[in-house]
Amino acid sequence: MKVTTNSIAARALSISLKGQNTLSNWRLPSITARWWPVFLRNFLVWKKLFIPSLVGNIAEPLIWLVAFGYGMGALVGQVTFNGQQVPYMLFLASGSICMSAMNAASFEALYSSFSRMHMQKTWDGILNAPVSLDDIVFAEMLWAAYKSLFTATAIMGVMLLLGISHEWTLLLAWPVLLLTGITFSCIALIFTALAKGYDFFTYYFTLFLTPMMFLSGVFFPREQLPTWVQMITQWLPLGAAIDLVRPLFLGQFPDALWRNVAVLVLCALTSYWLAIGLIRKRFRS
Amino acid sequence: MSDPLFSVRNLCKRYGDNVVVNDLSFDIAPGECLGVIGPNGAGKTTTIRMCLGQSAPDSGEIHALGMRMPHDARAIKARLGVVSQMDTLDPDFNLEENILVYGRYFGLKTTAIRTRIPKLLEFASLTHKAKSKPGELSGGMKRRLSLARALVNDPDLLMLDEPTTGLDPQARHLMWERLQVLMQQGKSILLTTHFMDEAERLCSRLLVIDHGKKIAEGRPRDLIGEHLEPDVVEVFGAGVLQLQSNPITQFAQRMEVSGETLFFYTRDAQPLLQALHAYPQLRILHRPANLEDLFLKLTGRQIREDA
Repeated sequence: MKVTTNSIAARALSISLKGQNTLSNWRLPSITARWWPVFLRNFLVWKKLFIPSLVGNIAEPLIWLVAFGYGMGALVGQVTFNGQQVPYMLFLASGSICMSAMNAASFEALYSSFSRMHMQKTWDGILNAPVSLDDIVFAEMLWAAYKSLFTATAIMGVMLLLGISHEWTLLLAWPVLLLTGITFSCIALIFTALAKGYDFFTYYFTLFLTPMMFLSGVFFPREQLPTWVQMITQWLPLGAAIDLVRPLFLGQFPDALWRNVAVLVLCALTSYWLAIGLIRKRFRS
Repeated sequence: MSDPLFSVRNLCKRYGDNVVVNDLSFDIAPGECLGVIGPNGAGKTTTIRMCLGQSAPDSGEIHALGMRMPHDARAIKARLGVVSQMDTLDPDFNLEENILVYGRYFGLKTTAIRTRIPKLLEFASLTHKAKSKPGELSGGMKRRLSLARALVNDPDLLMLDEPTTGLDPQARHLMWERLQVLMQQGKSILLTTHFMDEAERLCSRLLVIDHGKKIAEGRPRDLIGEHLEPDVVEVFGAGVLQLQSNPITQFAQRMEVSGETLFFYTRDAQPLLQALHAYPQLRILHRPANLEDLFLKLTGRQIREDA
């Protein structure tokens, strides 16, 4: 990954030195207020499909929560977290809400964005108007993050109703979940930029998201894993999100606050830059 | 001639070793309809994409409305209306919503767009379909909705990439009629097409391009007069190919063979037609030379690889 990034950066430099007539695909994004009508367009479509979309986004994560939380919870009872005993349901809820944010952002920025970009040619239509590709991609990224935040908020509402946690610090989990949504929509857009068809996304889910889900401490503490695996997983974005959200569910403040925020932010920025570069390349050829 | 609205100078674009647009220059005058005709893969769509700033030329300059593309892409596109080859309508929105959402991309206020929508739908003869979704429309209706949508910002220049491809004759004629109304209103149009009758009917000036190069430019009638003899006699039927070595051919200035048909191009068809009376088994079609003859003369009769 590091090698690719470096060679791309080197190419970006050489392209930008070559001449000003052709702008480099790897230049920084330039975003204007025209991203808003694109975001609004997605919002209006979603509003029409609100009920099925809500059920789809929330039902599945809740089924996981109830099945695992009550089923496994009865077997496991308490889990040790930060040296204290925590009910399994609470442990799981705080992890699975991050997983839901990840999944909601990923689905939107993969399948739905790809539909708009490639199948429906929505982006091509918008590009004929005075809106740039940078504006469109920014709107798509924020849109996926918005949907992710919406899903996480709805799930949090149900968790409140179930009485899983009533800590006031839950309010602070909200911006973390937004950041999580942003990070995963940025990563997903890289794969959308590279995709030739929907099948391509299976790789991303199978090779990337599913392993991350099991290694990031959603279902069991990461301390159960071999040390060398822990070394890797502590740098994964989902692990960082969970490290931030879980203490907030317990009314505590996260330990390595800035380290985890930095993981998410760096991941988001790097991915966004790669995604916009690849999408520009796709639209130029 | 007044200053051109749109001006393209020495445009070049290559993909790898393949030169798609080769030193192309043209102007569009205010109120003019310029037709760009050429076989498949001639570089028409690539040229339009560069004119819209969606593809960067390798060299050359594009000036539009006193500004420079792609530098001022946004300001230029604010005054253009574009209908691309493929419909890009939003399938989840009804017709009104399609126009409303599109108008917002131009930074127009919702109330301002809403007052324009009934007029635009009426112009496109789609008032009765205002609440339908694009999926319920025929091909011709979809194209007219695309045109109505492209007019939401009251553009100075329309860019239409094959606006009638795939439409039935009724739908094509309605589209032509609408475009003529727009020209009467003073809109300028850049139009690409495969249909020579469309080009002849709508365009005040034509640009014939092939392999990315301009091979002819002018008013349709002038081009025909310049490149072709005024009369064409098509002859087909049993044994027609033997006529090629017959002295009868001296009555024509030029002869072409295509499959089982001979095309005679002549300034005076009468002697040839007289002589052909001797061959009652042959079928004969005498007609004036048209744009299609010109097009085939300039670009050849062979089928293009990607056709």
